[in-house]
Amino acid sequence: MSDTAKDLHSEYMVINMGPSHPVTHGTVKFLLTLEGETIIDMKVDIGYLHRGFEKMCENGTWEQVMPYTDRLNYVSPLINNVGYALAVEKLIGIETPQRCQYIRVIASELARISDHYTNIAASGLELGAFTAFLYFVEARELVWDLIEMLCGARVTANYVRIGGLKNDLPDGFKAKTRDVFKRCRELWADVDHLLTKNRIFIDRVRNVGIMPPKDAIAWGFTGPCLRACGIPYDVRKFHPYLVYDQMDFEVPVGEKGDNFDRYAVRMEEINQSMRIVEQALDKLPSGPINVDMPEYRWQSKEDISNRIESLIFHFKTVTEGIKPPAGEVYSAVEGANGELGFYLVSDGSGKPYKCRVRPPCFPLTAAMPKMVKGGFIADIVPTFDMINMIGGECDR
Amino acid sequence: MDANTTINKLNARFPESVTETHAYRGDDTAVVKKEDLLQICKFLRDDKELQYNFMMDLTAVDYLGREPRFEVVYHLYSLPFNRRFRIKTRVSESECSVDSIVSLWASADWFEREAYDMYGIVFNGHPELRRILLYEDFQGHPLRKDYPIKKRQPQIGPTC
Amino acid sequence: MVADLIESVVKILFIFSVNIGFFSPILGWVERKQSALMQDRVGANRADVFGFTLIGLFHPIADAIKVLTKEDFVPEGADRLFHTLAPFISLTPAIIAFAVIPFGGQYVLFGHHVNLIIADLDVGILFIFAFASLASFGAVLGGWASNNNWSFLGGLRASAQMLSYEVVMGLNIIGVIMVYGTLRLSEIGAMQVNFFHWGIFLQPVGFILFFTCAIAENKRAPFDVAEAESELVAGYFTEYSGMKFVMFWMGEFLEIVTIAGLITTLFFGAWHLPFVSDRMLVDFFGFAGPDGANILAILVNIATFFAKVLFFIWLQMTIRWTLPRFRYDQVMRLGWKMFLPIALINIFITGLVLLVK
Repeated sequence: MSDTAKDLHSEYMVINMGPSHPVTHGTVKFLLTLEGETIIDMKVDIGYLHRGFEKMCENGTWEQVMPYTDRLNYVSPLINNVGYALAVEKLIGIETPQRCQYIRVIASELARISDHYTNIAASGLELGAFTAFLYFVEARELVWDLIEMLCGARVTANYVRIGGLKNDLPDGFKAKTRDVFKRCRELWADVDHLLTKNRIFIDRVRNVGIMPPKDAIAWGFTGPCLRACGIPYDVRKFHPYLVYDQMDFEVPVGEKGDNFDRYAVRMEEINQSMRIVEQALDKLPSGPINVDMPEYRWQSKEDISNRIESLIFHFKTVTEGIKPPAGEVYSAVEGANGELGFYLVSDGSGKPYKCRVRPPCFPLTAAMPKMVKGGFIADIVPTFDMINMIGGECDR
Repeated sequence: MDANTTINKLNARFPESVTETHAYRGDDTAVVKKEDLLQICKFLRDDKELQYNFMMDLTAVDYLGREPRFEVVYHLYSLPFNRRFRIKTRVSESECSVDSIVSLWASADWFEREAYDMYGIVFNGHPELRRILLYEDFQGHPLRKDYPIKKRQPQIGPTC
Repeated sequence: MVADLIESVVKILFIFSVNIGFFSPILGWVERKQSALMQDRVGANRADVFGFTLIGLFHPIADAIKVLTKEDFVPEGADRLFHTLAPFISLTPAIIAFAVIPFGGQYVLFGHHVNLIIADLDVGILFIFAFASLASFGAVLGGWASNNNWSFLGGLRASAQMLSYEVVMGLNIIGVIMVYGTLRLSEIGAMQVNFFHWGIFLQPVGFILFFTCAIAENKRAPFDVAEAESELVAGYFTEYSGMKFVMFWMGEFLEIVTIAGLITTLFFGAWHLPFVSDRMLVDFFGFAGPDGANILAILVNIATFFAKVLFFIWLQMTIRWTLPRFRYDQVMRLGWKMFLPIALINIFITGLVLLVK
């Protein structure tokens, strides 16, 4: 037998997985070298969704960047909005009013919830659990209804402004949130029943795509994937921004750093995010939502009609853009996938000199070969789903 | 330890290499000579009182008209001390290369490829330095300030 | 002679119309609607005739029109002959297998002896197995002839999986055969007239194994690794379109029906109502005259049989929409390391019990 096997001519199968393949969502290509079903080698090719985000930013005003950030992680655009606004505010040195900060927390957490829903739903779908997918998509629809109520759009939110917000919370938002969360918790329990203790699901994700903590740090993992390794790094806790230091929430961590831990961490984070939203809604202070700095934030229509400096700065900021002082800052928020950082350089003009995004899923995608090499083709599916690579963010 | 520990330690350890430091808006920053970059990074990562174990971000900035023209910017983060640090090194257009830090942080791999793709900065010692977001036949480096925003690539065809 | 011919033709037409005309289009609808119910959705409801949607029942017709008018696409470099042959090989066994499954007892109608089974073979079960294993050629050929790596991988997976599970399935059946002492399905059915002789009571382990293996044999979720749409695009039928694709699809649905029919026959009393024999039925309908009583009894038989079949179809659908997919190596491990030993132990224990008796 062994002699025959030696004499037989055999070669590895080299196969393109993607960019148009169901699991790669059209945004990434894996060049696989297979021995039977086992992955011998893997090369990741990204850039299919590259739109020149930075170049566009450098050629627009500081405010015009905001809608572009929606298209980074298009599953949780509100976090991107908040992250960018915070970075510019740090550059200028302004602190937004309390009410604004609370609403930003609410917006970020809603976005995080919807992102985790999408992620777990899609993973379920690709592992064949179509029912779990639709349950969480329903939950996501409900959360998107809330986001629509908040800012008028479901996906391309463009809600946050430098130094404030587009609009205040609408009437009845709190009651609607309560209703939505009630239903979301039911759906969460359903999905939990369908997946968390399902033997087939556990077999598919347990011990697959393991990343030891040391390697995870070296590869620049952040967010749920890093926390799955047992490292409780969460920007919201380690560098509290907005009013996260006044919120009571926990940071779930995993043990092994495999796909099941990533899944479990995300499931728990949904609950924690709901808690944060509820706390923020309860504590929500009254007051203005925008800073009273006409040179950076447009004033209300009434002010523009009545106050001369509002009128002048409105004219100037609309035509030339706001002008932060020259300098450079790096500001990070906890995105749904990890640390979402903005590195901004201003030369004092109305346009960003440099607007760099640190995309959390970029290093995660880079580590794909390390996580799946030696595994089976089928292991790519849960691993790629659980790192939650979002083309818009990874390719910019 | 005071807030500027990292800057002080760097200054003490590498007085020759650190050319400039600042802490604008609380972001500790040091500009270092590119020859010593690898050493300094290794020191920042391995020193017991610093332990910058995360290489969070790596990018470049094109200061057209300034000499040296490019700045490569590294954002480091120390999990044990919960500290961030920015380290920059300047690269001229004529000698557009800097040592790769992939040997220190694996995450630098793709970030360096991206910086190469967008700015044309060569990272010496990088295992596989090729374009990442753009395609192989792309001409020029789009994030350079002298790359016109409306330029068309030959594969795309001329503007109609 | 002529009466025999008429009888056979009627039975064949009946099974054909039930399977091809009713089950295969309706199951598509059932699957859509049932998954929709399970997932809080509405399900297919857009196809309408003059504004009537008839809860989506026009969709099978619309689908039929669509697939018949679609381009029959053969990829470049594919083996045209085998590419065309594969769907036929996959569909035919599913239709033929039903020939040996009894859907009622034996009656006398207009002085003619009627047996409610198309072909009462004395090797009924083996016949089904023989044809079920032919179906795996369809998958292998389809995967190989498409000249596509994903199809190829799917075909490999399909062949390995079907071969492995056939072994286990065959061993399961041995338990049943030992208990009933015959390979003829109509006899196995007739023996289950006693409610406590239903296969489920005599071979409970055999039932669970057989049901699982049958789903695996049919390559449906959670065992659909051969078409695993997220890994292999669509597995061995990636390169199929139009009518050829639908033939694979029909083969799968008809196999659901065959599996349900086989399980009903082997484990759930075939056409019998619990505690009711065919004799009792004829006596009960005595008021309709001898022929009328027989016709009514036949109808009750058929209704009972297909009610059970429908239940098992429903069960298979529910499983399909509840569970996620196995990984390929896990499927194989389950088959060889779990089911095979259990099946062997089952045979052993069955033999022991029979011996003691």
